[in-house]
Amino acid sequence: MNTLILRTVAPSLTALMLLFSVFVLLRGHNEPGGGFIGGLIAASALAIYGIAFGVPSVRRAIRFHPMAIAGFGLLLATLSGALSIVFGVPFMTGLWVYPVIFDVELPLSTVMSFDIGVYLVVVGAITSIALALEQEPGSDVEEKD
Amino acid sequence: MEALFSILIGLFFAGAIYLILSKSTVRILLGVALLGNAVNLLLFTAGRLTREVPPIIPVGMDVLSPGAANPLPQALILTAIVISFSFFAFLLVLTYRAYQELGTDDTDEMRLAEPRNEQLPPMGY
Amino acid sequence: MATPAVDLSAALILAAPAPADWLVVLPVALMIGLGAVLMMVRKSVRLHGGIAIAGLTLLVLLDAALLWRVSVHGPVTMVMGRWLPPFGIAFTADLFGAVMALAAAIIALAAGIFALADIDASGRRYGFYPFLMLLMAGVSGAFLTGDIFNLYVWFEVLLISSFGLLILGSQPEQIDGALKYAVLNLIGTTLFLIAVGYLYAIFGTLNMADIARKAAGLREAAPLTTLTALFILAFAIKAAAFPVNFWLPASYHTPRVVVSALFGGLLTKVGIYSLIRVTVMLFPVEREALSLIVAISAALTMLVGALGALAQNDIRRLVGYVVIAGIGNMMAGVAIGTPAAVSGAILYALHSVVTMTALYLVAGEAGRLGGTWALSGLGGLYRKAPWFSGASFLLFLAASGLPPLSGLWPKVALLKASLDIGAWWLAAAILLSAFLITLALARVFLLAFWRPRPDPVPEAAAPAGTSVDWRVALPLGCLTALVVLFGLLPEPLLDLAQRAAEGLGEPAAYIQSVFPGGTAR
Repeated sequence: MNTLILRTVAPSLTALMLLFSVFVLLRGHNEPGGGFIGGLIAASALAIYGIAFGVPSVRRAIRFHPMAIAGFGLLLATLSGALSIVFGVPFMTGLWVYPVIFDVELPLSTVMSFDIGVYLVVVGAITSIALALEQEPGSDVEEKD
Repeated sequence: MEALFSILIGLFFAGAIYLILSKSTVRILLGVALLGNAVNLLLFTAGRLTREVPPIIPVGMDVLSPGAANPLPQALILTAIVISFSFFAFLLVLTYRAYQELGTDDTDEMRLAEPRNEQLPPMGY
Repeated sequence: MATPAVDLSAALILAAPAPADWLVVLPVALMIGLGAVLMMVRKSVRLHGGIAIAGLTLLVLLDAALLWRVSVHGPVTMVMGRWLPPFGIAFTADLFGAVMALAAAIIALAAGIFALADIDASGRRYGFYPFLMLLMAGVSGAFLTGDIFNLYVWFEVLLISSFGLLILGSQPEQIDGALKYAVLNLIGTTLFLIAVGYLYAIFGTLNMADIARKAAGLREAAPLTTLTALFILAFAIKAAAFPVNFWLPASYHTPRVVVSALFGGLLTKVGIYSLIRVTVMLFPVEREALSLIVAISAALTMLVGALGALAQNDIRRLVGYVVIAGIGNMMAGVAIGTPAAVSGAILYALHSVVTMTALYLVAGEAGRLGGTWALSGLGGLYRKAPWFSGASFLLFLAASGLPPLSGLWPKVALLKASLDIGAWWLAAAILLSAFLITLALARVFLLAFWRPRPDPVPEAAAPAGTSVDWRVALPLGCLTALVVLFGLLPEPLLDLAQRAAEGLGEPAAYIQSVFPGGTAR
């Protein structure tokens, strides 16, 4: 699969798709989109990169092991839900702050951090499955790091 | 509309069950994927079908516009899709590994965990 | 931000939850959070054991506090995100759920300690402890949730973690077992989802308290018996009841023995829990209509389990069949359905959670000491490890249902309940199955523990281990102590199971806990 065309296009395609995935993630707050679909887009971007340049270069590029990324996302989502214990509201209640940065009111919430957590879980989990499938048969070394 | 969907769901189920009854693991896998889609359609139809009004609160309003679709089945389906997708991915890897390790995709030949001529326990000392 | 013009009290719970309500959510949140942390530190395998065991100890304490709270003050509810029930997803713990969650936490802790010896560094790097945490999140969530779709989600959480645990090590044998386990369990949960879809179409709600409230009014208008049959089939697959039990002996003996122990103790019991929750609490009338079918399935499950146990040479597979026989007993309680029978089933579930886990641990340790899993090759364990053999003997007695151990009381309760309604054949099946299980386990004790080691050893693959490690002795000793304690002092637990069964039969307190005002929407 690693033809010249794919290898030329893959880096810019991957970058574009990763950017788009973040856009979809943030857009998901009030409009269609969200962490899950954004994460899928990001994971497919990494999968394309893996097809073009091989699995080891993806593992190098994302620095952390995909499962560690998924773990961080899960922790972030859980903490977003559990934060409400401090504020005396039930589990998973959305909490909002409106800091003003450079004269722009920025609505931030635990809903959003939960969604970012979902995004990371999906990226991590789907990427690790995709990389396991893309691995050359026989080279059973995915756990060597 | 519901009647049409019911027939479609029935066809999906029939195809899924036919595939799952097969001996080849790949067909079983496809059957499981089809089954997941059949159930998603079923959930969707269970929430009553309406046309063309998405359950999104318009700008400046506090409630859904009248006649909007029921959002709950959509949330359920989304959850079910996510789950069946991840299961499908897992099963795909597992089937592939099983084919590599066991050298067959015929479930009748997969007797490693339950060998054919297993010894009976000793009848006495 | 503009102040909302709508009346928030129509959609949200505005009162702050009592701090004790958090006990319903915290077990699940703790397990998910710890699972996430362990996934992040996956390379530092030395940390895993410590974090996991500290977390599981905390889980036991949380569940014990929850049980105490529920037992004193009645069911506890917390609704996610402040939404009013039935719109928000409710977590509701009643006595049944709380006591099951506590039993699950105890055996998870025991398994976690046992795993220190059983799971090597490579198994930990592949994620034994993270999967254990997520499995416990799924199990606790299933026991504590009050929403039927949420129950489905927790089923899937525990299922996917169980896949991870099952293939830990990736032996060809494991992949074979895992494939069958995965496909059949996936079909089971899909059936559950189908049933949930129909239930939503009929009721328009997924909250269990709401369903229990509305079932009486819809009984004439909707095909609830069909729906209940679908639920029973789905949960029977999960619980490994005859004739849908064949995935269990095909897969449960393949993974590491501590994984088998967790599965044997927990997973089938989650199926039984859901069966009792749905049939006894939500659809009692329909359960009555289907009771004969469930009873026949229960009797056959017991006999298939017992006969299968007699025919096995591999001790792990033998224990798998003992698990199936136990499922038959619990199904019998569901089939009879009187409060006494349901309390018998609950007692049996508690006994089974502890005993089956301990039996798998015994099988694992016996296999390690003897160097083989085959009865034909084992021998002389009593001489090698007398204390271990003593504990095993007690556990075998408990699993057979002989006095004075924990297996006796639930069997007595179920026998009495089945004779009370005149189902003598069900009582006969319970007795016959107990008798056959006694034979099978007595033979294990005679062959593996009592007789001298066969010479020459037929097929000793692994070198035989020597002494029993403390990481094995501690969990095994504690579980045996629990079994003995419950056998000798059954009163508190009998009383608890009785109250739990009454709470299921008359769910007024459960509904009151979810809808404090008692108002419908």
